[in-house]
Amino acid sequence: MNNIRKNRLKDQAFKIWGIFCTLLGLVLLAVFIGNILVDGIMRIDWEFVMNLPSRKPEKAGIYTALMGSIWVLLLTTIIALPVGIAAAIYLEEYSKKNKLATILEVNISNLAGVPSIIYGLLGLEVFVRIMEMGASVLAGSFTLALLILPIVIVSTREALKAVPKSIRDASFAMGASKWQTVYHQLLPASFGGILTGIILALSRAVGETAPLIVIGALAYVPFAPSSVMDEFSVLPIQIFNWITRPQHGFVENAAAAIIILLLITFVMNGIAVYFRNKWQKKFK
Amino acid sequence: MSKDKKESVIESSIKRKYKLQAKDVKVWYGDFMAIKGISMDIKPNKVTAFIGPSGCGKSTFLRLFNRMNDYVDGFKMGGEINIDGSNINAKDINVELLRKQVGMVFQKPNPFPKSIFENVAYGLKIQGLKDKAFLEERVESSLKQVALWDEVKNDLNKSALALSGGQQQRLCIARTLAVEPSIILMDEPTSALDPISTAKIEELIYKLKDKYTIVIVTHNMQQASRISDNTAFFYLGELIEYDKTNKIFTNPEKEQTENYITGRFG
Ligand SMILES: Nc1ncnc2c1ncn2[C@@H]1O[C@H](COP(=O)(O)OP(=O)(O)OP(=O)(O)O)[C@@H](O)[C@H]1O
Ligand SMILES: [Mg+2]
Repeated sequence: MNNIRKNRLKDQAFKIWGIFCTLLGLVLLAVFIGNILVDGIMRIDWEFVMNLPSRKPEKAGIYTALMGSIWVLLLTTIIALPVGIAAAIYLEEYSKKNKLATILEVNISNLAGVPSIIYGLLGLEVFVRIMEMGASVLAGSFTLALLILPIVIVSTREALKAVPKSIRDASFAMGASKWQTVYHQLLPASFGGILTGIILALSRAVGETAPLIVIGALAYVPFAPSSVMDEFSVLPIQIFNWITRPQHGFVENAAAAIIILLLITFVMNGIAVYFRNKWQKKFK
Repeated sequence: MSKDKKESVIESSIKRKYKLQAKDVKVWYGDFMAIKGISMDIKPNKVTAFIGPSGCGKSTFLRLFNRMNDYVDGFKMGGEINIDGSNINAKDINVELLRKQVGMVFQKPNPFPKSIFENVAYGLKIQGLKDKAFLEERVESSLKQVALWDEVKNDLNKSALALSGGQQQRLCIARTLAVEPSIILMDEPTSALDPISTAKIEELIYKLKDKYTIVIVTHNMQQASRISDNTAFFYLGELIEYDKTNKIFTNPEKEQTENYITGRFG
């Protein structure tokens, strides 16, 4: 009798502790976002988005950084997508499931956990110096592409794995080659899943700061990039730069820029969730 | 008659007599021996049923005829499989072409998540056939052969996944017929279906044997006796008995066969 009561008490205690732990993260995030909103929301207007950088906080805008982010994001996509998807298709559909494949698999998963600053150092050495790209949009994009490649590969493989074996069987039994099966059946069927992974990877890339600082992206660039060889800044670097300034006006600017950065990532994640749900329904 | 000529005459008569031939076929999955040396000949334009308890190797054996085991990890085979007298495991055999000649229908209906039209036209499209009128004509005739045309002719662009299980299975058969194979392998094609759909498919199989050689795996003894001309009883990777269906079900030679068909084990 006593024992049962004790157990029930323990049960209850754990439940309360669990709820507290769950809420802790959420509450902290909410407080943080609330704070940022209070600081920055009034600062956001069309001019803030369209203005070039300036020494005066009330005149400064995020245009160059925003454009830099967009350039880098697009170029990163163009570089990482074909490479990542092709690698995933090879690993999942073509390569024999032997020791070498296992080693590759483990290492690609490990790469996803390498600190981003290491990628920055790699980019600095390979793209900026050896390949003489300088601190350009191109060098930044290659660096971020390397950074997100493991995520793209792993999530594309997951999406391919989720296509039922019966579809492969059916396609092969109809006389389709491997490539025809991949192209006509597996890619369309896993499209939603692949897209989800890619968007999540890109939403990580858009927030990356350290590797871009390492390759030499600048906090202050007078103009938005107009070619892939131009120097550039991105939103997170701009935010970092403003936060380190003493004037209060810049803190407001930083908060406003954070809101815009968060908005971009939330929208990207939202799109990812939408595609995931739509795609999951397809095979029910 | 010279010796060479005589042999080739014998050979071509064998071709006519036997559509499929297995010669001392053995299969391993890793170290496990799933087929332990089976030889059998299958006649053209007949329905041949494979029966036997679960795990005895019916599916494994069936899938040798269109080489669907090729992708299975650890799969090895010995012996020879011939279709129309030629070895389908020879180096110069194109597996894709082989599978156009040997169609397969699976246990669970597995239409592609595409439209009904696209499902039936798939085999033709991957052969590079694009002519719209030709595709339409072939889709229609294939769907008519499986008696599905009247049910779906107004919904050809709807998803195949919206069809009932029985309709899906008939669609899968139509998809196979569209590429005009000469052999159709069926692995328990009705085990996931209701009795009415099952009856429709059995009727269909009966009709199809005029044009095709059909090999069907089934767990349903009534089904085997209703639709097949010959029946092969497998047990633990061996072919125990293979004879006219009538004989197998009324007067089998082997005790194991009798025990199985009378439901005493398996
Ligand atoms: N991919 C595989 N890897 C390893 N072993 C396998 C594989 N496929 C089948 N086997 C084994 O081979 C044997 C024969 O399997 P198979 O699927 O051919 O049997 P079956 O007669 O079709 O059975 P069922 O009536 O249940 O479909 C079984 O013991 C099975 O465990
Ligand atoms: Mg089976």
